[in-house]
Amino acid sequence: MAEIFTDTIWPWLVFIWPWIKIPVLILVIIVPVLLSVAYLTYWERKIIGWMQLRKGPNVVGPLGLLQPFADGLKLFLKETVIPSGANPIIFLLSPMITFVLALVAWAVIPFDEGWVLADINVGILYLFAISSLGVYGIVMAGWASNSKYAFLGALRSAAQMVSYEVSMGFVIVTVLFLVGSLNLSDIVRAQAGGIWNWHVVGILAPMCVVFFVSTLAETNRAPFDLPEAEAELVAGYFVEYSSFPFAMFFLGEYANMILMAGMTTILFLGGWHAPFPALEFVPGIIWFALKIAFVLFFFLWVRATFPRYRYDQLMRLGWKVFLPLSLAWVVLVAGIVEFTGG
Amino acid sequence: MILQTLAFYLFAFVAVASGVMVIVARNPVHSVLFLILAFFNSAGLFVLIGAEFLAMLLVVVYVGAVAVLFLFVVMMLDIDFIRLREGFMRYLPVGAMIGLVLLAELAVVVGGHFVAPEFGGFVSAGPVTADATNTEAIGLLIYTDYVFIFQAAGLVLLVAMVGAIVLTARRREGVKRQKVSDQNARRPEESVEVVKVPTGSGV
Repeated sequence: MAEIFTDTIWPWLVFIWPWIKIPVLILVIIVPVLLSVAYLTYWERKIIGWMQLRKGPNVVGPLGLLQPFADGLKLFLKETVIPSGANPIIFLLSPMITFVLALVAWAVIPFDEGWVLADINVGILYLFAISSLGVYGIVMAGWASNSKYAFLGALRSAAQMVSYEVSMGFVIVTVLFLVGSLNLSDIVRAQAGGIWNWHVVGILAPMCVVFFVSTLAETNRAPFDLPEAEAELVAGYFVEYSSFPFAMFFLGEYANMILMAGMTTILFLGGWHAPFPALEFVPGIIWFALKIAFVLFFFLWVRATFPRYRYDQLMRLGWKVFLPLSLAWVVLVAGIVEFTGG
Repeated sequence: MILQTLAFYLFAFVAVASGVMVIVARNPVHSVLFLILAFFNSAGLFVLIGAEFLAMLLVVVYVGAVAVLFLFVVMMLDIDFIRLREGFMRYLPVGAMIGLVLLAELAVVVGGHFVAPEFGGFVSAGPVTADATNTEAIGLLIYTDYVFIFQAAGLVLLVAMVGAIVLTARRREGVKRQKVSDQNARRPEESVEVVKVPTGSGV
């Protein structure tokens, strides 16, 4: 047996490894992300349940831990309905776009020192570009469904995501002023050496809040979930979707939440670095995961706490509060970096 | 190298094909979606020649912002497809002329490459100095040699923006506006009155 491995299998593995290396690495990243998506839905229901003095899912499996898989199975077994007035190609294309965009962004996320699939120079711009494309899945879904609720949801979403992207861009610029590089690993390395070096402490603290609130709007989460406001629009842009296409929207939305939490972690919470130098013996990937979980808890907490914004209030917050504030901060941080030599 | 070549032909083919589909597609929304696909593949071509910063800017600015507004407007238009077809012959001469001009320009550029190949060295997508990244090289050029042109471009955009706002903004009478500062400044004393109502009579 051992000879077969060393004589036949091992040389072949060595031979084909350069060809299968990237696909294997992609799987190593994607599978944990999808598992986290499954358990994010579980924790969302659990945490909101606890906040509302309920129990949350507790029937399927021990402590309800198999609930996400039961839900997934249920979705797969349902019938895929395509409305007769819909544009079938775009109708089916849009959930795929949402899902694929939520996954391709993970290519540049550094999980630990050197643990990154594509360590590109313009990593943060890549992330920004991919997250700005997310609106297409929603707009195309709303248009192709040929339904007024879906269309209204899509229009709201397009306006909302474009509005908040602007201030998100300016927040990223303030971080880039301090770091001096667009590479995500460099951004994390600039925050080494403990919690007092993280960008969330100090001059960028207000920008961290602006960024977090903008990510809420960018992922269409409560209190900015107007695109899917169930009280007025039934479910907004995915009202006509069922079964697998719906599951892809759902997975994409939650994978986007995790991605945005990861982006917040990288930009402001020190990425893979431990909060205190004494704790550096814990592997960086664990710190990274813990910080993402921390930010995600805020996503869920906010959902259980705040009522939904009215649409004009949402636009006011984006254009009249966040945009001037982040623009002023760009000038301020640029001045500080210029005069202190950054 | 074979992979790059294959990627180039893929991006180039899809870009050209979707460019054709932009003008051929019957439905304007499909046209915009093909336009986005063309942008995307051009970004891929930029990456292949080593201009990753421009590629990302193309995606962020054109695909992420401009085309979204485009799609937004086109989706809301109530378009009569038959009337749209009617204008085709009328616009054909103008369109053909623009096409010819573009073709002539392309011929000059490509022809220059064959006639005087020694000047080809001036055209390079990568930064001139090897130690600077694309982003740094572009920044250094824009903010030193071309700073006035850069500022002028900014001014043109600003004027366009102010013009758009002036053209579309209009004061409407009778619109209730929310003033958050006024709302926050309200105190219970001035907005709530506690009254004791005797039984059997109103306030």
